Amino acid sequence: MLTKRIIPCLDIKNGRTVKGVNFVDLRDAGDPVELAKIYAENGADELVFLDISATEERRKTLIDLVLRVAEQVNIPFTVGGGISSVEDVDLLLKSGADKVSINSSAVKNPQLINDLSAKFGSQCVVVAIDAKQINGQWKVHLVGGKVPTELDLFDWAKEVEQRGAGEILFTSMDNDGTKDGFANEALARLSTELNIPIIASGGAGKINHFTDTFKDGKADAALAASVFHFKEIEINDLKKELRDNGIAVRIPS
Amino acid sequence: MNITIIDYGAGNIQSIKFAFQRIGIDPQLTDDPEIIKKAERVIFPGVGEASSAMRKLKATGLDTLIPKLTQPVLGICLGMQLMCNKSEEGNTKGLGIFDVDVKRFSNKVKVPQIGWNQISNLKTDLFEGISEEEYMYLVHSYYAPLCAETIATSHYELDYSSALRKNNFYGTQFHPEKSSLAGQKVLENFLKLKVQG
Repeated sequence: MLTKRIIPCLDIKNGRTVKGVNFVDLRDAGDPVELAKIYAENGADELVFLDISATEERRKTLIDLVLRVAEQVNIPFTVGGGISSVEDVDLLLKSGADKVSINSSAVKNPQLINDLSAKFGSQCVVVAIDAKQINGQWKVHLVGGKVPTELDLFDWAKEVEQRGAGEILFTSMDNDGTKDGFANEALARLSTELNIPIIASGGAGKINHFTDTFKDGKADAALAASVFHFKEIEINDLKKELRDNGIAVRIPS
Repeated sequence: MNITIIDYGAGNIQSIKFAFQRIGIDPQLTDDPEIIKKAERVIFPGVGEASSAMRKLKATGLDTLIPKLTQPVLGICLGMQLMCNKSEEGNTKGLGIFDVDVKRFSNKVKVPQIGWNQISNLKTDLFEGISEEEYMYLVHSYYAPLCAETIATSHYELDYSSALRKNNFYGTQFHPEKSSLAGQKVLENFLKLKVQG
């Protein structure tokens, strides 16, 4: 049976993890590779690296990181942040990334989704969508949720699927940072109206939030950052709890 | 051991190279037929779309070379699918090593299947020491139905072949290079396979 996936997300700036992490047993908690290895050993199903650097050397630094992760980590990983061309993606995949995630660049140039899926296959194209409700309507936002657009979340998600996206990473800006649970109503609607996997993001605080997003939100995967980085939730414990609630998860032997 | 990964411009082969390096082997990446013929083990990877991958194989003559290889060959993901008779993807004629036709999952399930699924009904030394219902990582929209050459099955919409074997040719739909320690064990087993005369 296909299992629900648990995906820690690491924010990266200039090749280092950004948000503070609480891993006392790590030699270097700022090293994304060290952290990634720990997560892989603790049962993470995939990893996402989100690059937020804005320097001239960002591309080279990111490629170096992707190579090091691919060398040392034996589970799949996605790279996102500032990716805007077929050439960017070619370099990242050749360096060992399994998937790339595009966000603002897809809104600005939707044809990029078609081009990427035609050249590399839809399985490696994740389209990230940040949205929040304005007057009861879910509207797509750009630049980490700062800039609103006229795009309706559900219309955009369907267009993204038709253009060849293999997965959608939906972050609810209303839920992000609240630790109050995922946006399960919107997630369930996405999951029902679309026929590609949906990754839930934004709002994880407790173990039961994950149970809820898989049951009520019909999500295929759930992504979180700080609850894992600060060890508020251990992935092993989370998966046991999910299994006890009748949700199919991979528990490594 | 002398291992060659066929490099024909189809997808993420770095990950396969790194997976072997983690078990202490440094494979060679090449499309040179002479080097491939002499290798003790051959890995035939593939990610992407079937018909364009097949065109790349034909352009280098690898489509005639691969079926003639006599050492153990492991096709991974699209590599395994290209070793079948044909694929619904791009209506592509395959290498005809495995006697089965590759089909697309229906829209009753989400396509592609992405994630960790179990493998069962394990046969052959490729799965030595691997438990029934072990989890492996899969990403695919097309599948090989069950057939006489099935050596592992998985379930998504229906039971299908997550691994195939005919003589010296093996194929896995899952990605051993991305399937944690269980996947690593499959790669180690592939290296240990006895070469048949």
